[in-house]
Amino acid sequence: MFGASAASPAASGRLARPPALSSPPAMRMLAGAHAMARAELQKLRHDHLDLITRSVQPLLWLFVFGTALRHNRALAAGASDYRAYIAPGVMAQAALFIAIFYGLAVIWERDVGQLQRLLATPLPRTAIVVGKAVGASVRALVQASLLLIVLGLTGIGIRWTVPGVVGALALLVCGTAAFACLSMVIAAGVRTRERFMGIGQLIMMPLFFASSALYPLSIMPGWLHVVARFNPLTYEVQGLRQLLLGVGGHGELLLDFVVVIGFLVAMVAAATRAYPRAIL
Amino acid sequence: MILVDDLVVRFGHVVAVGGVSFAVRPGEAFGLLGPNGAGKTTTVRVLATLLPATGGRAMVAGYDVRREGLEVRASIGYIPQALSADGALTARENLEFYARVTGVPRGVRKERIADAVDAMEIGEWLDRLARTLSGGMLRRLEIATALLNRPPVLLLDEPTVGLDPNARRVVWERLHALREHSGTTILVTTHLMEEAERQCDRLAIMDHGQLVAQGTPEDLLASHEAAALEDVFVAVTGKMIEEGGNIRDVRRQRRIAGRLG
Repeated sequence: MFGASAASPAASGRLARPPALSSPPAMRMLAGAHAMARAELQKLRHDHLDLITRSVQPLLWLFVFGTALRHNRALAAGASDYRAYIAPGVMAQAALFIAIFYGLAVIWERDVGQLQRLLATPLPRTAIVVGKAVGASVRALVQASLLLIVLGLTGIGIRWTVPGVVGALALLVCGTAAFACLSMVIAAGVRTRERFMGIGQLIMMPLFFASSALYPLSIMPGWLHVVARFNPLTYEVQGLRQLLLGVGGHGELLLDFVVVIGFLVAMVAAATRAYPRAIL
Repeated sequence: MILVDDLVVRFGHVVAVGGVSFAVRPGEAFGLLGPNGAGKTTTVRVLATLLPATGGRAMVAGYDVRREGLEVRASIGYIPQALSADGALTARENLEFYARVTGVPRGVRKERIADAVDAMEIGEWLDRLARTLSGGMLRRLEIATALLNRPPVLLLDEPTVGLDPNARRVVWERLHALREHSGTTILVTTHLMEEAERQCDRLAIMDHGQLVAQGTPEDLLASHEAAALEDVFVAVTGKMIEEGGNIRDVRRQRRIAGRLG
């Protein structure tokens, strides 16, 4: 039967420090992030169809759009064919889609009370935000792994090295987590899912097209080049491309990681401030 | 165990809670009774540290909700009015999730889950997805998830809204069994007169953000020479409890009722 609660030792007044706070904040943050990532994997296990339907769009980009422009040497910019060139961009776009629309889940969770429950647990606010972001990254990671399998099966020429693939997935996780936090910031200020859908579309397409996901920066007009240089997705895609294709200059990979991780830190800070306001 | 002293919550120019004071003793079942929009949920949200108070003071388990939010959150089990169990996870996965996020140590996690499952009698359908459970089962699952860290205080916001009478009875049976066994203090909001009268040791009646009466159900009935709590409510507020609230409140209740089937 149910054990005695902490109420027993002291009938009134201040109780002993709650046991849930006995571990250091960093450990609680890790435990929270782990719990949320685990829950996402469990949800994916219960709903395979979600993963399959989400995989259709990246495959269309790769095999329809990519095949149509396959022999365009200018667009391929050093890669063996254009499909290989856009593979990292398609991977990043699929992850961006998951991340940006993760805010919808926040609105849904607010409507069904899950957000209130989470915010009333002893998890630090940052841990909740990081946990949610990790949850989005887990979905992106599973989808990227499927895409890599398809690339391997179809013989599209990417560079199969362990550091390259692991590094690419790590960069993808950081980028997805950062955009998921951006999505949480937006969701905190939006009342309805319909409005969020509109805003999500509004920011996702410019982020995608004003990056190097589909074409190299070198062929962009000057103004678009400047915009792309301020777009974190550009650095995520370029990093993926260097890790998976070996395309890019010396030292650029470090810059890509610095920009993406810097963006992640800024977005976690912003989401930590904004997220609790989502319930108001 | 809970102390609320001259609590004020304002949203812009709107006063949601206007100077409410009450105290809940350890092990007591205390009801906040009132119509939609009375300020019950806002009060509970302040106690759960989800909303900042504009003025006044509130203590839960000896901790100040304003200055010691983390300690308060580690001392409560909170069930919001809306259904918070994750429908895409099984009942067991929901329990495991809340055991982890409420800081239940790994070594005792299984034992705590087993205890909560026993306390709420939900063992038969642990491996079913939560979205396939009935309303009464879902509420019991939610309460089980709130018990995992053995909180001295349970804050329940309309825990039986949308449930049929039988499911309501079962939820209350389990809550009273929990109180007897563990001495858990329960603060519950409700707009159901009969439930408040039968299940709570003491009541506070709220209307338009004000606390208009409080006492044991028997005292309230006697002091207003009333046969039912409904008559007490009419006497202290001048209206029936069905009135009040806004379109958002009504929509939320319909959505919850819809999810509960």
